[in-house]
Amino acid sequence: MTLWKRLFSNTSAPQARERLQILLSHERQVVGGNDLLARLREDILAVVAKHVPCEQDNVKVRLERGTPMSILEIEVEVRGDVGLPTSQAA
Amino acid sequence: MAKIITVTSGKGGVGKTTTTAAIGAALARTGDKVVVVDFDVGLRNLDLIMGAERRVVYDFVNVIQGDARLPQALIKDKRLDSLFLLPASQTRDKDALTEEGVDRVIGMLSQHFDWVICDSPAGIERGATLAMRHAEIAIVVTNPEVSSVRDSDRIVGILDAKTLKAERGETVDKRLLLTRYDHVRAARGDMLKTEDVLEILSLPLLGIVPESGDVLKASNMGVPVSIHDPNSAPARAYHDAALRLKGENIAMEMPRQRGGLFSKLLRRAA
Repeated sequence: MTLWKRLFSNTSAPQARERLQILLSHERQVVGGNDLLARLREDILAVVAKHVPCEQDNVKVRLERGTPMSILEIEVEVRGDVGLPTSQAA
Repeated sequence: MAKIITVTSGKGGVGKTTTTAAIGAALARTGDKVVVVDFDVGLRNLDLIMGAERRVVYDFVNVIQGDARLPQALIKDKRLDSLFLLPASQTRDKDALTEEGVDRVIGMLSQHFDWVICDSPAGIERGATLAMRHAEIAIVVTNPEVSSVRDSDRIVGILDAKTLKAERGETVDKRLLLTRYDHVRAARGDMLKTEDVLEILSLPLLGIVPESGDVLKASNMGVPVSIHDPNSAPARAYHDAALRLKGENIAMEMPRQRGGLFSKLLRRAA
């Protein structure tokens, strides 16, 4: 693009391109290229479901990215009042 | 054995159904036996785009549930002898398609056709993952628009994780089809350019379908755009894309500014 065009036209495509590049590089990192969070979710679900009834939507995995440290937050919602044994498992 | 193609996108309204019908018809025109399968249970539309909406008696769900045999549900195209449609059901039950049922039907279809083209519903839910499950080739339909590109990127991730090929440790062959491309606006800098989208998504390009009134006209008439007016720009783009799917080496015709200032003025006035 010539300097003239750059100065006198207010085009939107370059902005779209830039926003997408930033957004997608972030999303791909969070997702880990091959859906890290989704895989974590599935693995956690499989382990929990072995012991207590638990459904796909009841596992929430969040990754909060920070500079000194990141927090991986895992929340598993268990249906009903499941008496989880406090000491030893069967 | 058929080649199984899934037409997918993430975002709705980008032209998946139009593309399924157009590529299906273009492949059938070369003499191949083609079946297009509508996976959009609840919101079917492929029958309408193909002009077969009044000929649907049995559908995909009827076949899966054993209420009809597959040949009863297949609708032969009025114009092309080697083109068939398996319509979706309008049932509200989204779980009417089962994994085993889909496996069985796709298995039967792939024995009798050269190409099985699956029209995926929008989104990343069950219907979409069922539609891509058997895909060998995925056509990712994208508009040169931010939300469409973003959702395509998401779909690429899912194609790499949730298909039978992915489960076997292989990768689905993914191709980008850019639709509703307006070369005038792209040249003006008001629309993402082909190169931009290709760079961002890094997928091989299957074709560029220009924004054109011919697409709406063809869908109004219920004729796949690739055979409605075979000389129209979108028809040529879809025809070339179909030949590329067949492995032919067709040069990519970049829609570019034709003519000079005069045609530019005419376009603006239009």
